[in-house]
Amino acid sequence: MDPAQAPGVYEGAANVIAAVMLLIEFGMLRQALARDQVRLYMAQSALISVLAIVIAADRNLPELYVLAALSAALKVVAVPLVLRRLLARTGDDEEEAVGVAGSNTLSPATAVLAGIVLAAFGFFCFGAMGIHGPAAPATALAIAGAMVLVAFGLMIVRRDVASQAIGFFSLENAISLAALVVASGLPLILETAFLFDLLVAVVVFSMLIRTHHTRAESLSTADLTRLRG
Amino acid sequence: MNAVVLAILILPLGAGLVCAVLPTRALAPAVTVVSGLACFGLVLALIPAVAHRNLNYLSYLRVDALSAIFLLATGFLYAAVAVYAVGYLKRHKDLYARRFHAGLNLFAWAMLAAPLMSSLALLWIAVEVTTIISALLVAIEALLTDDGDGAAEAAWKYVLIASAGLGLALLATVFAYYAGSQVLGEHYNLAIQPLIQAGAHLPHTPVRLAFLLALLGYGTKVGLFPVHTWLPDAHSEAPTPVSALLSGSLLAVSFYAILRFYQVAAATLGSGFPRDALLAFGVASLLLAALYVFGQRDIKRLLAYSSVEHMGILTIGVSFGAPVALAGVLLHVLAHAAAKGNAFMGAGVFTVKFGSKEISALRGGLDVLPWSGPLFLLAVFALSAMPPSGIFRSEFQIVYGGLGSGNYAAAAVLVVLITVAFFGLTASATRMLFTPAPRVLNRSEPSIWMVVPVVAGVVVLFILGLHPPAELTGLIYRAVAELGAAR
Repeated sequence: MDPAQAPGVYEGAANVIAAVMLLIEFGMLRQALARDQVRLYMAQSALISVLAIVIAADRNLPELYVLAALSAALKVVAVPLVLRRLLARTGDDEEEAVGVAGSNTLSPATAVLAGIVLAAFGFFCFGAMGIHGPAAPATALAIAGAMVLVAFGLMIVRRDVASQAIGFFSLENAISLAALVVASGLPLILETAFLFDLLVAVVVFSMLIRTHHTRAESLSTADLTRLRG
Repeated sequence: MNAVVLAILILPLGAGLVCAVLPTRALAPAVTVVSGLACFGLVLALIPAVAHRNLNYLSYLRVDALSAIFLLATGFLYAAVAVYAVGYLKRHKDLYARRFHAGLNLFAWAMLAAPLMSSLALLWIAVEVTTIISALLVAIEALLTDDGDGAAEAAWKYVLIASAGLGLALLATVFAYYAGSQVLGEHYNLAIQPLIQAGAHLPHTPVRLAFLLALLGYGTKVGLFPVHTWLPDAHSEAPTPVSALLSGSLLAVSFYAILRFYQVAAATLGSGFPRDALLAFGVASLLLAALYVFGQRDIKRLLAYSSVEHMGILTIGVSFGAPVALAGVLLHVLAHAAAKGNAFMGAGVFTVKFGSKEISALRGGLDVLPWSGPLFLLAVFALSAMPPSGIFRSEFQIVYGGLGSGNYAAAAVLVVLITVAFFGLTASATRMLFTPAPRVLNRSEPSIWMVVPVVAGVVVLFILGLHPPAELTGLIYRAVAELGAAR
């Protein structure tokens, strides 16, 4: 490869971080235990903060350091804490509830294969658009597109409210990745508002999960069939 | 006028917070009614000013003719529902009533805030806040009572599907920022007006992608096919005043967000691509709704599918692009708010009187409900576009605009599907109203508070249908010019 065409250190780091985030998304898709899904979500969220720091250093955007800190406080600490407490509470009377093992509508292998198809579709669609920001290369955006579709897949193939919620939070991580790639200059006040909004959404999701568990005595969505037509 | 804009933002928020901390329920209805009526008055006070110029405040707030139309719809329905809730909540416990009033005011606050936002990012945040608050209101039966299994199910589906849809809308906002930053610089704050003005210079691919993602994302909250699935559940399981607000106002606010992206897309790409996309979603939604209104067994689900139908009509109307069709769309937003609010509030009276939402259990409505029976009939006729209601005028304008702009096939499909939906809706309504009741019930209304706002809604529908005020017509045509100028 011509050295002039090779990605720089920051571009390469951004691509690697995005690729690892996608792999973690697959880990969530494969993982049977909700508790482990939360751990993977924490790791994925930590990578978002690392990417923000990388871009901040590369492009001399000090507000991105603040965003990285806020994002870490919320997504690496607060959201997992809420989810873990919720899982602990719902797991008091049944061991299975913590794990929600068996909530896959597809076998793990089939789910991962479907995820690969979705990821490939998203990667090539977003990659073909040729959209790239000043902060990170088009590859990272294509990976974000792949992550969005795999996160949707995660929400669809799981039949328990905890995994569906984690799927939604990882969808938000995918969008954060896309935002860092193409919109890193977005004013900090707006980014902060997005994060605050996520925090409120987490609280509401938690309330509804707890209500569902109290009524159904499980986290499974198998009984949510009352409303049809 | 800036003080009026600020008051519209502060009043319902303050009312919601006051209701949340009140020790008893005694004052909560009064606080809500005062806030609702005051907000409607404040929105009316804005109209003469906005009919001539746009209002900008603190660089984050902006009122133009388009946003004023949606403020008007929400302001009216907030006031109507605030009055209606006084009667509706008489049978509920103290804690439920206080939480309900707090949630209702905060919900109205978020819906009034959305059209006031000057930027796409703040608009997204406001719409997301409407989702969070309304999900709790949908779930309130499950959260505070022993009943409400259906409410818990509906709320979970709603929050998950709507949040996922808003995730796509956020992605649309990110791409809109990317497109704008290519022309307006990296510290551009996603303000809507500069983006429209720079439309001719924006890169096409991100704008096209942003519009499609916004249509699908915000379309989830509008209730467009195929992302409408939360809507019948949430509308049927929510407390009736919330159903009225969800249908008459929340769907419209989300549609407003789509219109803002439409403006940007039309300014950049020309109106062909966005109009084609809108037409496809609109026809599919209208077709689904027209078929599903048949055979519904739950009165609120029936009205929910009627909402999908009317959102389809709005979407098709915009796709026609003709000024008269766009004027019809904006009039339809107002008329649908009044008609659907009336229909849901009437349905709420039926469910209180008969103790059921099942259409088969609701019989002899005209005999046992001296006011609400005829008023419900008028609401159904209005929703079915019978003259002289405002919806007749608006749908006539939309079809006329479609024919005038050469969209003959789409206009014909629109007329056919509206007619199919008319039969479905009126068949159920006439069974409820004219079939004799199997058991003897007192001929009385559950509460006068549940009748007065419906009478006001009928007056509004007649005014909109027979002779809309000149100020309103001027406002609509200014909004049409804003929408049309983007082409």
